[in-house]
Amino acid sequence: MLENLAEKRRVLIVLGVFVALGVITPFLDLFMQSLVTEILVFGILAMSLDLLLGFTGLASLGHAAYFGVASYTTAIIMTKEDWTWTFAAFQWADSLGLGLFYIFIFALIVATAFAAFFGFLAIRAVGVYFLMITLSLAMVIWGLAYRWSAVTEGDNGINVLGRPSLFGLSLESEMPFFYFTLAVFLICLGLMYMFVRSPFGKTLVGIREREERMQMLGYNIWLHKYLAFIIAGVFSGVAGVMWTLFNLFVSPPDIELITSAEALFMVALGGPATLIGPVIGSAIIRSLQQFISIYVERWPLILGAIYIITIMLGRLYGVEGILGLFSKFRKPAAPSETPEG
Amino acid sequence: MANGQSGLELENVTKHFGGLHAVEDVNLRLNLGERRGILGPNGAGKTTLFHLITGVLPLTSGRIRLFGQDVSGWPTHKRVALGMARTFQITSLFPKLTVLENVLLAVQGLRKMKMMMLKPLFKYKDVYEKAEKLLSDVNFWHLRDQEVRNLSHGEQRQLEIVLALASEPKVLLLDEPSAGLATGESHEMANFLKSLDPEIAILIIEHDLDVIFGVVSHISVLHYGEVLAEGPSDDIRNDPKVQEIYLGKAD
Repeated sequence: MLENLAEKRRVLIVLGVFVALGVITPFLDLFMQSLVTEILVFGILAMSLDLLLGFTGLASLGHAAYFGVASYTTAIIMTKEDWTWTFAAFQWADSLGLGLFYIFIFALIVATAFAAFFGFLAIRAVGVYFLMITLSLAMVIWGLAYRWSAVTEGDNGINVLGRPSLFGLSLESEMPFFYFTLAVFLICLGLMYMFVRSPFGKTLVGIREREERMQMLGYNIWLHKYLAFIIAGVFSGVAGVMWTLFNLFVSPPDIELITSAEALFMVALGGPATLIGPVIGSAIIRSLQQFISIYVERWPLILGAIYIITIMLGRLYGVEGILGLFSKFRKPAAPSETPEG
Repeated sequence: MANGQSGLELENVTKHFGGLHAVEDVNLRLNLGERRGILGPNGAGKTTLFHLITGVLPLTSGRIRLFGQDVSGWPTHKRVALGMARTFQITSLFPKLTVLENVLLAVQGLRKMKMMMLKPLFKYKDVYEKAEKLLSDVNFWHLRDQEVRNLSHGEQRQLEIVLALASEPKVLLLDEPSAGLATGESHEMANFLKSLDPEIAILIIEHDLDVIFGVVSHISVLHYGEVLAEGPSDDIRNDPKVQEIYLGKAD
């Protein structure tokens, strides 16, 4: 299954942590249970961005767009009674205990379509231009959420009254929903882990490291980046569906620039190109947000300070996030580079 | 085997950057199995010519044929798929990946499995075997787990060629393989180039005359984007025009 012992050990540690999480969480208070669930939801978002930022080297500042599209789609198909066919189809699926499947399929198709269209527009750009294009495309989604009130209820957001059941199992209370989130999270983690180790995943790293050489080796760079963009968009969509189901409310601030930027920060803070690093980033940022905001009104200032420290460490010492710090301690003296020529 | 059959043909190939005539009306033919050198002072348009042949830059005018097929408007990856490979003057490897990972990326470049998204790469035994063979052939197998940035410059130059060989090209373009090598190392490089499969047609840009005269049979001399002289190596070596613009100044 895995190629070496070190990798086997890493996977076991990660699985162990999530099993422990599954065992401990029921004993936490409601506030903490909901925080853990939220961390997992944003963990999916951060991991999906890691596919682009960490593995492919594409810094998207609009990754919340697909998150937003999926979360709004979820809310809309669950509440818009006057949209007869979507609502009727949802009701019917829900009566069979398949409401969640209906939501996931519907919302992910919409998220995929948007990612395919936006990716088509954005992929040719590089660097800052890519950043700006993804940012403006995401602003379009935010604008739609904010202004197209006939569909999105504009500023008011959409209230969702309850969660659909899973084969008749109610997910209304905190614990069942936590386990459902954990399951979705682990499926996403597993799929993305397989993806980054596949031949295709390896080509993304090659593109990140040296695009012109990859081209010369016979790769169609555009196609690889485009597919990576869409796949990252789909997983971002999964996080979006989970967000609506978790929060039972979605409004424009959920999907604005801040969400995209926070996801970037989670990846940078935890360690890019590690998948699990961004989840650690999600845990830190979401916890800080919950705890510090009680004591400090301007908590984004603290977030900003941490962000600057992370980037400085990366730039000055080559430490890539928290996981990068770990591996730095593990093997302290990397052999020095041979001077050219 | 197929000597005399055309591998690569350039017909009036021209590239202008605004008013700068980087490559002007170049005609060149490389037969299968042939080894040809391109000589010329800095700024003669040699590397630009390679960019045109590989499709990194679009032609201003002219035509490029690969194995008889007109590929003038094709993107790079399609030309590579026909059987062309290229190395870079400035080492262009994946510095943070290991030697083996570098070669694996090169080996899967022309295989359909490069699009597979779920099965891990190391399960593709044939890709690994090919990579192992390529590395063993140059006695690099013991370096497989080294990050490429930790290799010596000479080793990197050699790996540069190994990556190009991974796709089993029939036409190989080498852009100054001995760039930045010490005398002893470039001697080694020349021997390595001579040891390559004689069926591969090679077009080689070189500044190091010892390397180029030992490896190629024919030479084209490029000067300000135009072909100044062309012919068997010895004729070129003795051509007074060539000596004046290039050999005379080189030493």
